Amino acid sequence: MYKIGIIGERDSVLGFMSLGFSVHEVSDAGEAAGVLHKLVNSGEYAIIFIVENLAERLAGEIEAAKYHELTLPAIISLPGNSANTGYGMSAIKNAVKRAVGADIIFNKD
Amino acid sequence: MAQLRVNPTRMELKKIQARYDTARRGHKLLKDKRDELMKKFLDIVREDKVLRERVEAGLAGIYRSFAVASAVTGHEIMVESLIMPGREVALDVGYKNLMSVTVPEFRAEILGDGGAAVFNYGLAFTSGELDASLRELAALLPYLIRMAELEKAAQLLAGEIEKTRRRVNALEYIIIPQYLETMKSIRMKLEENERGNTTRLMKVKDMMIEKKIMSKRRDAEEE
Repeated sequence: MYKIGIIGERDSVLGFMSLGFSVHEVSDAGEAAGVLHKLVNSGEYAIIFIVENLAERLAGEIEAAKYHELTLPAIISLPGNSANTGYGMSAIKNAVKRAVGADIIFNKD
Repeated sequence: MAQLRVNPTRMELKKIQARYDTARRGHKLLKDKRDELMKKFLDIVREDKVLRERVEAGLAGIYRSFAVASAVTGHEIMVESLIMPGREVALDVGYKNLMSVTVPEFRAEILGDGGAAVFNYGLAFTSGELDASLRELAALLPYLIRMAELEKAAQLLAGEIEKTRRRVNALEYIIIPQYLETMKSIRMKLEENERGNTTRLMKVKDMMIEKKIMSKRRDAEEE
């Protein structure tokens, strides 16, 4: 049995407590990176949600640690309480670009 | 174009011919694999895009009503109400093989007692907005999990597609032309040798005939 974790600022992640996620409050990207590595290495988590503004700043770190190549956990960004950056959508867009070589799904918008 | 450094012999030619055949077959297979991966990947991404739009819209609404609830009841009471959840969500993880890429499948299991446990607080001090937003959030859970599953699959497939594409291109533009070039040069060398051989034979024959003519002429003069 695996857990679902969520990393983000207090206001964004508070509600997820009620769902039974294991909530990790952080105040900045540095702290978030530490928590992320700890969660991934613990091996207890199958999904780790990260609030978008933090996910954007952690992108380089995630790339360097090659977490994308692991089967577990899935590291997914979610929009937060404030400053919805659209990073989650652009991450898929980038995956399409990487795989296909051109953006063929999102070019409409 | 680069070619392999090998001795121009028939044996090497046969060896390279065999390797060339294998490379051609591998190239075709990898190309098929790439196309199929791409098809699966695009299906996943299309579904994920729809799902993500829905989740993001849902979350935006939830954050709004959360803000309202927080304003009505005060931050401390909110935290107090939420800090001890009545349920825990656990994930059962299965694995699926998509074109030799292992992709996780998630099934959520909610521990603790079912629906009512989302509200694990007294209703006296909290506002109705909180109840509503929590209910919406709970309804969003299956979508969140499905979205995570799809995005993880998309990430893994994208990596595999990239790798496969690189292999296909390496075979198509480097390995196969290299073999062709090498085979051509070996054939040319062999033909050249053959021609050299023929010329040499002709020359030797000429010399022999000349010798014979000379000796016959000498015989005729002596008589």
